[in-house]
Amino acid sequence: MIRDTTIGAKLWITAVWAVVIFFVLNLAAMIVAVILSSFGTRWLGTWLPAGFTDRWYFAAWSEFQLHDVLIVTFQIAFIVVALSGLLGVTAAYALARRDFPGKKLVMLLFLLPLLVPPITFGIPLATVLYQAGVGGTFWGVVIANLVPTVPFVILVMIPFIEQIDPKIEAAARVFGANTFKLFIHVLLPMLVPGILAALLLVLVRTVGMFELTFLTAGPTSQTLVVALYYSVFASGVRAVQSIDAMAVIYMITTLVWLLIALRFVNPTQIVARAKQAPAQQ
Amino acid sequence: MADPQPSLRQRLALRGIDGVTLLALPAILFVLAVFIYPFAYGLLLSFEPKEGGALANYQRFFSDPFLYRTIATTLWLAIPVTVISLALAVPIALRVRLMTRQRLLTTILVLPVTLGTVLVAEGLLNYLGPQGWFSRTLMLFGVIEHPLKLTNNYWGVFASLIITGFPFTFLLTLSYVTGIDPALEHAAATHGAGAWQRFRHVFLPLLAPGLAISACLSFVQAFAVFPSAILLGAPAGPTRVISIAAYQAAFEQYDYSMASAIAMIMAAVQMVIVVAILAFRNLFYRGSTAGGKG
Repeated sequence: MIRDTTIGAKLWITAVWAVVIFFVLNLAAMIVAVILSSFGTRWLGTWLPAGFTDRWYFAAWSEFQLHDVLIVTFQIAFIVVALSGLLGVTAAYALARRDFPGKKLVMLLFLLPLLVPPITFGIPLATVLYQAGVGGTFWGVVIANLVPTVPFVILVMIPFIEQIDPKIEAAARVFGANTFKLFIHVLLPMLVPGILAALLLVLVRTVGMFELTFLTAGPTSQTLVVALYYSVFASGVRAVQSIDAMAVIYMITTLVWLLIALRFVNPTQIVARAKQAPAQQ
Repeated sequence: MADPQPSLRQRLALRGIDGVTLLALPAILFVLAVFIYPFAYGLLLSFEPKEGGALANYQRFFSDPFLYRTIATTLWLAIPVTVISLALAVPIALRVRLMTRQRLLTTILVLPVTLGTVLVAEGLLNYLGPQGWFSRTLMLFGVIEHPLKLTNNYWGVFASLIITGFPFTFLLTLSYVTGIDPALEHAAATHGAGAWQRFRHVFLPLLAPGLAISACLSFVQAFAVFPSAILLGAPAGPTRVISIAAYQAAFEQYDYSMASAIAMIMAAVQMVIVVAILAFRNLFYRGSTAGGKG
């Protein structure tokens, strides 16, 4: 390691860490403020709420019909996870094992939905879904959420599958396994960590996906994040504390899955999608 | 026909198309149906306005200041956010790279990315509000006399974009920075290069491709700002961003043709900036980030 001992270098390093600490402090304070507010009785013009209570959680639970919203959220999230796993892993296997004309084009096709922001493609997509009659329904939301998650699973899984020695598959073939058996008995057990990581990230992304769900959801197919948006949007109507209670419930539903996912992946992989492992071998 | 050539099946297999390749087909068809088709449909729809000629939507967009100013408004948010995120991300990533235990910091920073803009907007409404801790702390230290107005205006949206955008850019940059062989920096240091020289002549050229990608992705994300511009900003005026215009056209005026036109303009602006960034990046070095021979 190179040591810089000049005054300038030390000042620079201090400044860099000061920025990091400033950022993390603000982030933490923002989250803590939401949590405190959700447990506070009255919070006006003071550093801390006047007293603490848990009644806002009961209020939020009944006011926002969180029971129904949570059930819908998890139904949508788990169906999206299952379908994107099914479509994504099989396609990733084909792309990892075969070279065919037009493969680059196919990879570009899968890259685009991840690069184009959801609101840009969400509006034409919502238009098409409404015309097809699935807009505003449960399945409309599922389809819209699958648009970025299927390519996401594919791009995460390709490197995982490439790591597996094709000789193992050849051996299974020699012993008479067909493609389906090969998948179930040979590939799947070896791919479990990769699939688990990819699907957990899909779950986190679907629970937190605002734009696509917002554009395609109807009154009965709202997920938690969209319900949270509507309550913040109409924030004069409800007590701030019950909106914050809902925000805390949303945070918990997202962070639980994130923490589980982080046991399998590195945080940098969540944004750096397909990129894996350092460049040098 | 008694053809001496191998069968079609064999010829296809030689080119890499067989049963296994077909496994990619469902996903390809799916993405074509729900991504490419709506985009193409939207593009065509944008040329079939409710009234007027084929280009009426675009003419209306570029003649109505309430509509065309949304481009400038959005750029005025997205460009500073991208530049600041990147300017902070690079030096921080270069320091964090040297840490042996980065996991805690990266985990903290991935939180706002996962929580999403709606939650950050709700949190900031409270935290940056006139009674919030931010203004309160500044007043405690005597920096300001009266609470700052940081919500329901430009700064609220700006802060929320930094809170979600900076960690995203940072984690992306970190993944590129850690991909550079440390031996290259050591070699430069052995030859007497100072910290700035090592950055300018070793890291910057090697990072250029990664930084260009990070800049593109963070710009595109910031340009698509939507919920926080409504919740934390002033959606009728200073933070009426382009996505709000598209949303209102589609879901308030039910003019899907106009909404598609705005979405296409949005995509076009994003593409122009991305192409500009990539063209600028081409002025730099291209090559391996690994050390050793080659």
